[in-house]
Amino acid sequence: MPITKRLTKALKSVALRRGLISLALFFISWELCARFQVPILGAIPAPTEVLASLAHEIVSGYYWRSWGTSLARILTGFVIAQILGVPLGLLLGFSRKAKEIVFPLIEIMRPVPPLAWVPVSVVFWPSAEMSMIFVTFLGAFFTVVLNIVEGIAAIDVRYLRAAASLGSTRRDIFWRVMLPASLPSVLVGMTVGMGITWCVVVAAEMIATNTGLGYLTWRGYVAGEFPLIVVGMLSIGLAGYLSSALIRRIGLHFTPWLSSQ
Amino acid sequence: MGNGGSISVKEATKVYDPDGAKVLALDRCSLEIGPGEFSVVVGPSGCGKTTLLNAIAGFHELTAGEILLDGQTLSSPGKPAKPGSDRIVVFQNGALFPWMTILENVAFGPLAQKKMTVPEAREKALKTLETMGLTLIAQDYPGQISSGMRRRAEIARAMMCEPKVLLLDEPFRALDALTKIVAHQFLMEVYDAQKPTVFFITHDLDEAIFLASKVYVMTTRPASIKKILDVTLPRPRDYRLLASLEYQRLKAECQDAVREEALKAFSAGEREM
Repeated sequence: MPITKRLTKALKSVALRRGLISLALFFISWELCARFQVPILGAIPAPTEVLASLAHEIVSGYYWRSWGTSLARILTGFVIAQILGVPLGLLLGFSRKAKEIVFPLIEIMRPVPPLAWVPVSVVFWPSAEMSMIFVTFLGAFFTVVLNIVEGIAAIDVRYLRAAASLGSTRRDIFWRVMLPASLPSVLVGMTVGMGITWCVVVAAEMIATNTGLGYLTWRGYVAGEFPLIVVGMLSIGLAGYLSSALIRRIGLHFTPWLSSQ
Repeated sequence: MGNGGSISVKEATKVYDPDGAKVLALDRCSLEIGPGEFSVVVGPSGCGKTTLLNAIAGFHELTAGEILLDGQTLSSPGKPAKPGSDRIVVFQNGALFPWMTILENVAFGPLAQKKMTVPEAREKALKTLETMGLTLIAQDYPGQISSGMRRRAEIARAMMCEPKVLLLDEPFRALDALTKIVAHQFLMEVYDAQKPTVFFITHDLDEAIFLASKVYVMTTRPASIKKILDVTLPRPRDYRLLASLEYQRLKAECQDAVREEALKAFSAGEREM
């Protein structure tokens, strides 16, 4: 379906209108809270103030540079995590020996939250930039590896037997059965990993640097520009949403059988 | 296609030994299936029918005894059969690859065996689908079509490899009665056209007699052959046969044998509780 047609259809849907009700109520009560200085909640800048701040920010180069910097960190960390994580996950999934050797190490490292790595990686890596990319990488890496390993373990033995019965070689079974069969879990791992990456990068930017969307938000706090905090929060939320949506989109392209059921 | 496919099972024995709890699944089971024979195996649930099928297919190893294909040892203790395209399995719950279209699924065998190029396999798959009346679903994914269609497509995928033996493990179990009739007709046509040796497992006696040249009734576990029924009903068969006297007689005979074993299995099950 062309995007315009889908859009008009979505706009006409009852679900959308219902969704708009809650959104509208949310913003109205938020605005009212701020206007009437309701205790605690009133401290948050009103939507109108946030809008004004946003209007001010989107014409500034600084705002967009923050986007760019954060995106670059995310992308670098995420891509490196895929480059190392996907083959490792596949190896661990296919070779029991490799799994028995490597998996305990992964199980020990994995529960350490990526953010707990920030101090040690700042010490370890020569630049703040590298340490942030490193923690971003960690955020996506374990998720991807584990999802692939689990995805492969969950492949129904019927498919493997059917392929063997039809005369497949081991190599063939790898490329034409195991790989596509585990692809959906690889994509889930990527989508979840992307979400974690944003959590990690934002926190790392608040701690270890003075650039990026995380720092922009933090600066709002430090400089007392409270509307800027909210602008930063919303921008981060939007960025996370867009990158996850992008991965899902790309994923659908590679798994056409999932969308057609 | 008259290319052999006789199976001899000689004293096949299989002991499952998970965690030391020995379970005898097959006990000196012997049977002879002639080339091109449509053999149907019936027996109580869990009696070891699938174990025998898996041993022929090469998914399991025998504990004792051996299985021969056209006089050559196929499987013996320590030397399990290798799964191969001369003996193709159609699974109970279906095993079409969900990530391939029906056409890609059907073309899979010859490509896996490196017997054809991609365009050749595609062309043959299209032709096979056409003769089997499945052209309309060629571009669909398995998830998009009905389970009856999926089962037919899976049989088409198997027949693309021109197997000597077609192994079917309760392939139509999950189908409703009407879809089953269509599926039977389909399988009969496929069988009449290529005459592979068929090893078909089922619980359904009507299905067994309607399809079979020979029905093998298995005993409860440990399984061996209890009774062999020759089904001499003429081919090609259609559903009017179900009303014939000969059919009724065969069914009664089959029922008696199966009932005895089912009762044994039932009381054995109660003892195990």
